[in-house]
Amino acid sequence: MTDKSNGTDWVALMRAIRDHRDEAAFAELFQHFAPRVKGFLMKSGSTESQAEECAQDVMATVWQKAHLFDPSRASAATWIFTIARNRRIDGLRKSRQPEPEDLFWGPDAEPDQADVYEMQQENDRLGRAIALLPEAQRALIERAFFGDLTHRELAVETGLPLGTIKSRIRLALERLRQHMS
Amino acid sequence: MTIRHHISDALLTAYAAGSLPEAFSLVVATHLSLCDDCRARAAALDAVGGRLMEEAAPVALSEGSLAAVMSRLDRRIEVPARPARRADPRAPAPLADYVGGRLEDVRWRALGGGVRQAILPTGGEAIARLLWIPGGQAVPDHGHRGMELTLVLQGAFRDETDRFGPGDLEIADQELEHTPAAEAGIDCICLAATDAPLRFNSFLPKLVQPFFRI
Repeated sequence: MTDKSNGTDWVALMRAIRDHRDEAAFAELFQHFAPRVKGFLMKSGSTESQAEECAQDVMATVWQKAHLFDPSRASAATWIFTIARNRRIDGLRKSRQPEPEDLFWGPDAEPDQADVYEMQQENDRLGRAIALLPEAQRALIERAFFGDLTHRELAVETGLPLGTIKSRIRLALERLRQHMS
Repeated sequence: MTIRHHISDALLTAYAAGSLPEAFSLVVATHLSLCDDCRARAAALDAVGGRLMEEAAPVALSEGSLAAVMSRLDRRIEVPARPARRADPRAPAPLADYVGGRLEDVRWRALGGGVRQAILPTGGEAIARLLWIPGGQAVPDHGHRGMELTLVLQGAFRDETDRFGPGDLEIADQELEHTPAAEAGIDCICLAATDAPLRFNSFLPKLVQPFFRI
């Protein structure tokens, strides 16, 4: 059960934080992700001190909202990215990023372990696909996520095969909806 | 709810990248709350962002930052309650954050012909507003200088391009001169965002325009 090639089980760490308020698990997550959040924010135009403050806030939010993380729909990196993105808008643009309605499993249920595993496989596949992109295309995608592409530029095809990961998430949403109703 | 008109890839990518003005993000987030197909597409784009962040060169935090964060964590275990019921079933959470209670209780302002609007308090250069169009009534003929997003919350409207029912999103650019009209029957309520003031083509609404910040 890995979420990344170095073999750390981020999903297990997230659950330890959620269920046991496990500080060692949080420290491990922090050591890995906080510098990446900071790097991402600096690449998207934050100063070092803004990025530092923002990265700390993001990691505090990870602790606080651990119960909203659903590993059948996202990897830990994806989930932390969305928190960082939204926090960046709060901080830099003095504006908000409205988010879709929360959907979660509730106190007494978990997504199926097989779905969690499949999601991680899809994320690894996506990582390999990104690595294989021609340099120009990869640069375009990075500019979209780190910089400011105009609307017209964003209309350019990214060339990423997102169909299978999308279907996987769609399926996870269906199961969650069934559970919620 | 059968949704036929969805968010374009370009718009969804801009949302995932966090580069949309707040008013547009509000419309996108409201549509995502109603449409699991688009929610899954958005989540797939988030996954791209997650990978890019994962692969970005890490920058070490200042010394003591972990301890600083640890010192402010709340140790209580969050018992996740079921998501609260919507105060107004037509207003998913992202919209409810701006509206408060029921859509009827919003501070509506008359635009003439029974059409009403309410500007929502978003930051940034774009404007979000709710539109209430009585069944069978047309919205004054208008074009836009920039992009206009219109999401149907109740009822339906038609214009020169198609029919738009609950959950449907129309993306109109400056090329489109349209005259949306609510279908006969139930009143049509929409959430709309524009990145430039609308330009109305008939005389009276033009006078009204600066006053209502359309």
